[in-house]
Amino acid sequence: MGDQQTERANGPATFDAAKLADLARTLRRDVLEMTTEAGSGHPSSSFSIVEIMATLYFGGILQYDPKKPHWPERDRFILSKGHAAPILYAILAEAGYFPKEELMTLRKYGSPLEGHPNMRRLPGVEASTGSLGQGLSIGLGQALAARSAERLYNVYVITGDGELEEGQIWEAAMAAANLKAGNLTVIVDNNKFQQTTAVSNLTDPSLYPEKWRAFGWKTVEINGHDLNEVHQALTEATNYNDGPFAIIAHTIKGKGLHFMEIDYTWHGKAVPKDKLAAALEEIG
Amino acid sequence: MNLGAAVGLKMGKPTRDAFGEALRALGAEHPELFVVDGDVHNSTRTEWFAEDHPERFFNVGIAESNLVSVASGLAAAGKTVVAASFAAFLMCNAYDQIRMGIAFPHLNVKLVGSHAGISIGEDGPSQMGIEDVALACALPGMTVIVPSDEFQTRAAMRALMSLDGPSYLRVGRPGVPIIYDDQVSFEIGKAITVRQGTDITFIANGLMVAAALEAAEELSKENIDARVLDMPTVKPIDEEAIVAASRETGAIVVAEEHLHHGGLGSVVAMVLARTEPCRTRFVDLKDTFATSGSEDELLEHFGLTGQDIVNAARELVSR
Repeated sequence: MGDQQTERANGPATFDAAKLADLARTLRRDVLEMTTEAGSGHPSSSFSIVEIMATLYFGGILQYDPKKPHWPERDRFILSKGHAAPILYAILAEAGYFPKEELMTLRKYGSPLEGHPNMRRLPGVEASTGSLGQGLSIGLGQALAARSAERLYNVYVITGDGELEEGQIWEAAMAAANLKAGNLTVIVDNNKFQQTTAVSNLTDPSLYPEKWRAFGWKTVEINGHDLNEVHQALTEATNYNDGPFAIIAHTIKGKGLHFMEIDYTWHGKAVPKDKLAAALEEIG
Repeated sequence: MNLGAAVGLKMGKPTRDAFGEALRALGAEHPELFVVDGDVHNSTRTEWFAEDHPERFFNVGIAESNLVSVASGLAAAGKTVVAASFAAFLMCNAYDQIRMGIAFPHLNVKLVGSHAGISIGEDGPSQMGIEDVALACALPGMTVIVPSDEFQTRAAMRALMSLDGPSYLRVGRPGVPIIYDDQVSFEIGKAITVRQGTDITFIANGLMVAAALEAAEELSKENIDARVLDMPTVKPIDEEAIVAASRETGAIVVAEEHLHHGGLGSVVAMVLARTEPCRTRFVDLKDTFATSGSEDELLEHFGLTGQDIVNAARELVSR
């Protein structure tokens, strides 16, 4: 645990890009090992948000306490793109919500590390996700509950880019702006690909910033793999209280493994056991 | 509405009004109670709560999916939440959100669907929730309640406040006959015997309880002694009352303002099939959408009157 920023700050509080870069490597290795052991899962969808997740949990953004997972004033993180569960589990284990050994039980019978996050089975999971489009609305509900009482906390939601095709995202976007949810931040993982095709074949990702702004959100664009940019945007989002905040994070699906970065058909596929050693070596 | 007049039942308020009144009162007692509506609060009657507690009321706009998931987030943050809209839009438009955000994580959200059944009348079938009970019952852990009059609705709403989990309360648009009085209590999962009888049992809920009382009165002229069970809780169902009815009367007619598949009739039939089977008939909407019309015209045309229950009963018993 790092130094406490404020009275309620239990999470690690300091930002150190070099340390986070090391952590990002560890997290990618964890995701690879657990999905290969499971024989399935979404490593490529996890890899595009590793730097964002590392900064949220270990860059001084989220206030949390793994020993008190239900602490009422904790900040909430919701992985709306629930198929990226492996990176969520890897970071929760790193944070101390459960032993790291449990990562190897991913997707196995009896394990709370289900294929998609289940809030009833795993401490630290704030919403059960996996049906796309719902996490932002759930985050809005959490945000509204926070501001209505003395319990003040922030809510951060990661959505996919393909996920923005779900109409409910825009229902939530309209409502959050209208309700001036200043403690709500969405991070759009613009990793360019969805299950069967490039996102740009179905919608126009270049319009994301205009769309979020038009819906009333303060919006910035960043390189989602540049730790300094990620930290700066998340800090700005946290400090901005006049309304909801959107971060369009330009990322690379499969970031860290060259064969995944150039081939979207790795979506939902684990690296085979015989290729694991080479993949781990590439990550370093 | 003519319903209940034949047996001298006084016409009461709509169950949606009773829900709205109960919600307003409960809001004063429960500071943790939050309400989310999809811009129909003057129809669902959550507006009365909103008047008293604007800081705990959110109109998220005409967006039922968002409505339900926002309720999920509020509940996950420890609030007691009522999420209300028309039964048809709440249960059909937002079903996946209910499944993922409320039933699956077993959160304390009271879903309230108004304008259920065909008795909404002139607005027509697009506005009629006729499959809502089946949809609600299908989800694991869901408590499902269909109250029969204004007094039972208020008591049911109060009882739901002590339930920590997902639930669905069905209320209607028009005024319905009064069955109870302000002394009525409500126990989730318990049927109420509103008329004793030994020859046949009518199991009903919602406005069909009044129709069942009419039918019982009609049959009494033929010395057929019908029991009337009000079954407001469809899930968890009162198995004991059903088994006793089967054993003691040997014939059952189930009556509900809902489609044939998946409602009260299906639930009762499943209980009978694995406990104490008896001759059974079903008075419901069958397998069809309704039309526009006055509530009385529709109830008659689609076979939801006391006479329809009488006809079904005659197939089972005769004197």
